[in-house]
Order: sequence, then C-alpha cells, then structure tokens
Amino acid sequence: MRGNEAIAEAAIRAGCKCYFCYPITPQGELVEYMARHLPRRGGVFLQAESEVAAINMVYGASAAGVRTMTSSSSPGISLKMEGISYLAGSRLPAVIVNVMRGGPGLGNIAPAQGDYFQATKGGGHGDYHLIVLAPSTVQEAAELVMLAFALSDRYRVPAMILADGMLGQMMEPVELPEPVDEGAIPEKPWALTGAEGREPRVVLSFDLDPQGLKEMNLVLQATYREIEAHEVRWEEVDTADAEILLVAYGTMGRIAKTVVRLARAEGIRAGLLRPISLWPFPYEPIRALAERIPVVLTVELSAGQMWEDVRLAVEGRAATPFYGELGGVVPTPKEILSEVKKHAR
Amino acid sequence: MLADVKIPEGYVRVFKRPDSMSDAPYTYCPGCHHGVIGRLVAEAIDELGIRGRTVGIAPVGCAVFLYRFYRCDFIQAAHGRACAVATGLKRANPDLIVFTYQGDGDLAAIGTAETVHAANRGENITAIFVNNAVYGMTGGEMAPTTLPGQRTVTTPEGRDVRTTGYPFKISEMLAQLDGPAYITRQAVYDVRHVQMARKAIRKAFRNQLEGKGFSMVEVVAACPTNLKVSPVHGNKWVTEQALRYFPLGDLKVRDP
Repeated sequence: MRGNEAIAEAAIRAGCKCYFCYPITPQGELVEYMARHLPRRGGVFLQAESEVAAINMVYGASAAGVRTMTSSSSPGISLKMEGISYLAGSRLPAVIVNVMRGGPGLGNIAPAQGDYFQATKGGGHGDYHLIVLAPSTVQEAAELVMLAFALSDRYRVPAMILADGMLGQMMEPVELPEPVDEGAIPEKPWALTGAEGREPRVVLSFDLDPQGLKEMNLVLQATYREIEAHEVRWEEVDTADAEILLVAYGTMGRIAKTVVRLARAEGIRAGLLRPISLWPFPYEPIRALAERIPVVLTVELSAGQMWEDVRLAVEGRAATPFYGELGGVVPTPKEILSEVKKHAR
Repeated sequence: MLADVKIPEGYVRVFKRPDSMSDAPYTYCPGCHHGVIGRLVAEAIDELGIRGRTVGIAPVGCAVFLYRFYRCDFIQAAHGRACAVATGLKRANPDLIVFTYQGDGDLAAIGTAETVHAANRGENITAIFVNNAVYGMTGGEMAPTTLPGQRTVTTPEGRDVRTTGYPFKISEMLAQLDGPAYITRQAVYDVRHVQMARKAIRKAFRNQLEGKGFSMVEVVAACPTNLKVSPVHGNKWVTEQALRYFPLGDLKVRDP
C-alpha cells in the first residue's frame, strides 16, 4: 500500500467520521482514498474551498464530538495554522496530516523536513503544542494514525502526523490495524450536541480578562507537562556499545538505519536514536546516551531544525555535528556514511 | 433583571425574555441594532421549539459574547470562518440546527470565501448577517460595505470609491448562485420592519428544519457609536443613507 493510502485507511479504522481537505501534492492519494472510501463507510468527505476552510470545518466537526481529520502538505499547512491555533486554544481534538515537501514558499514536491519548527514549536499564534508523531515506514504511519486519534482525544490536544513526500508516495506491505470499537471511544462531555435537558455548553478559545486567559493557558500547560511525562516515544538501534550516535526521524531515520548497518560492517560502532514523537521530544533518552557516547550526529532533511532540540538535550555532554540536505534533495546512505567516518574516532 | 420585577396582583406579564435568552445583560452600545436582532433570533428559536438542538456560532467583533446571551450550545469561530465551522458542525451532526451570526467585516471581508462557498454548496445552515457598514469593535474602520463618502477612522475624508471600491452587495451576489434557498435583506429601524425581519429570521430557521439549504438574512443595521450620532439619528442614517445602497426585500426564495 502507498503511504498516503495507508494513512487514509488507518484514519477510517480509527473512527474518523469527518474528513475535510484541499488538494495538494504530494498527498493527493490520501484525498482520493478518502473520497472513495469514507462516504461508503458512513463518514463525511468534503473538499473545501481552501485549506483555511478545511481546518475550520474540522474545528466545527470536532466541536460536534466526532473524530475528524484533515491532511495537506507544507504550504497548505501554513494556511491551516490559524485554525490549528484555535483548535489548541479551544481544546478540541483533531488529527492533521502534513506530508512535507520542499520549501519555503511554493518550494517543490520532493521530500523535505523543513516544517519541523512549525510542527513542534507552535506555527500558529499563542503558547501551544501539538502532539507530533513522525513515522518512518508505511506500517508505522498506519499505527501512528491510530495512536494520534487516541492521544488527541485523551488529552484534548490536536495531533499532527509529520510525514514527507517519500513516505507518502512509497509503497510497502502493511498489516492494517484492527478498526477501533467505536463504543469504546470515551464520551466527550464537552461536545456541542444541543442543550436539551442540560446546561448549555460553549467552546471558546478566548477570555478578554487577562487573569481568565492565564487560567486557560495554565490548563493547557499542565496538559502539556502530562503529555511530556507519559507520551515520549523513540526507537534505539545499536546504541548499547555505540561510539557515535545518529539522531534522525521519519524518512531520514530510515536511511540512518541503513547507515548504522553500513558503518558497523566497516567496524565503526554507530547507533541510532530515532524520535517517533517529535513533540514531546525525547530529550532525556538523548541526554542519557550523550553521557557515554562522545559524538551525537544529527542528520535531517532541513538546515538543522531538529538539531536545535538535539543540542538542547545534549547540553555540551558530547560533540554535536550536523549533516543536512535541503530543497528536497535526499542523501544516499553512502553520503551520510562518509559524514559518520569524519566524526567517528 | 426583568425576571425579578414583582408583578402586582391583577396584572399579567405580556412581555418577557424569550426562553432561549439568558439573563446576561447585553454588552452592546445604546442604539445598536444587535440587541433587537439577537432577540429576534431567540424568538425564532423559541417559536420553532429548537433550543435543545441548536448550536450558535459567535463571530469575532461586537457579537463575540453572543454565547452569554443565549441558553443554547455555542462555539466561537475565527474571524470570517463561521460558515466553515457551521459546515463542519452540521455535516458531523445533521440533527443540529446551526446558525452563524456575523458582521460585515466578518462575513463580507475576511470570510467572503467561506460564505460564498457554503452558500453555493447549499449547506443546510442559517446565516444572520448584520450589516452596519463599519468595523464596530476594532474602532470604526472601513468595512467592505461602507458607503461611498462615509467617514470612518480609515477613510477620514470619506470613502473614495476610486481607491477603495464600492459597497459590497453580498446578498445580491449570493442570490445569483444556485445553491442558496433563501436570501433576504431586512432592517430593524422601526416596528414594521422589526416584524418583517422577525418573519424572515423565522423562515431562515424553518428552511433549515425542512432541509431546504442555505438561508441568509442580511439586516441593515446602525452603529451609532462609530457613526458618531445619537441612537435616533442612527435609525435615520439607515433609512436615508444605507438603504439607498442596500434596498430591502427578498433576493432569492426557492420554494416548491
């Protein structure tokens, strides 16, 4: 199955009832899959007039209490940022899929990781975070979509799947997750269902009183601390005896796995830490490894966006070189290997 | 509070708040037509008996506190996005009665695309469009509906159509589309027109109940504070100035 299609099918199996989109490459197959399959399986597919409208439809559908999703690629995600900030401020769950491409501006449709800052550091206005999950295989993409819906509902925080053009277009065998039992999805006691027989409910992202807005923000911040305590996810490969640690996520994480194998074949004890949750970021696991591994090499399809978080984690405990590619260029394992050789003792 | 007023023996209360309205005091300025329009919406909800399944969408601007004034579920939308939010709510749960309540800055400037497309899709929602030809809450700037020659804080010499264009006739524009079921323009500056607006708003909600599709009631309104006139003069401004550009009446009625 193609990555984009696996994400779509997993979303339907996760109980996504409403999907709103605006077409953009390289995630077109996701839109098409939803158009073909979601209405037949009892859901709503709607192609909006813009990304701005699509995310605000998600906002409405989420407030009505259903699981809802939108997907796009980098320039489209920029347009969705207003709505994403509102979702965060109003504590509405939703899943947003970003199949990244080269940027800034119109960029191109090749795989890149230049939206890391936007995904993990806000992107929209205000003090908020998204739960950001970065798959590196089609199988993992399907699984993380299920997880994204569950975590988003549990914490009332929007979740983003941060993939890229490579993963979206790639075809791999995939064992699809079992559909969720919709009866088991917890009730949403805040949903707008009509005030019959109860007090009216309101969904708001604002309070003109600074003290009131501060309280709202403190609730958000407390939620983020809880997520940081429980939802950090990462994968380690050959770290036990490593003398050089690679840190890479998504498509680059997958290439880095090959690099570790190639390096080991040449007698270099390389290891990999692949963040799966980009927010919350695996600061502690990286910090712990940096206590005993002298070199932590970040490899990324950007000018060094995740590198900032890696350096925050390492805090001077190890050397922190960086290797990145830009504009949709994807380096070969050999190119990265020569970088590893440069830094390994 | 009106509800607290003791009624002397032998008297009967003939005028009260609609059940759909809360006791919260209005936050609008004296002479502002939002108060009348908001009440008409509540009366329509009461008369149709739909309070328990209605979700209102509060806009950005002076009506942002709308949720305080009603006793039904409410959500606040980003500036201009109310019709997209309404689409999401209604598609997710078609049993809900969903209405937006938007000003001219909201519906006719930043939210033009969302409004036109929701109307064109024939979304089964009700839009209340309060057109007072000025940005109220932000301090009286020019709106897309500001009249030629009208002074605002951003058109201090009066709106010059050569540089800022003409008043946007949203209702005329939407009425051309095949999607909408009902597009009408009303006003509330005197009792007769309040009654006509009442009927129009009720019809716009009944259309939704009957699944007829997108209905919009534009209400030409006064903002005495930003016109810098008295409430009485605000009403005069509507009849003598605004209605020259925004004539009243039904622009589209799709009835069997």
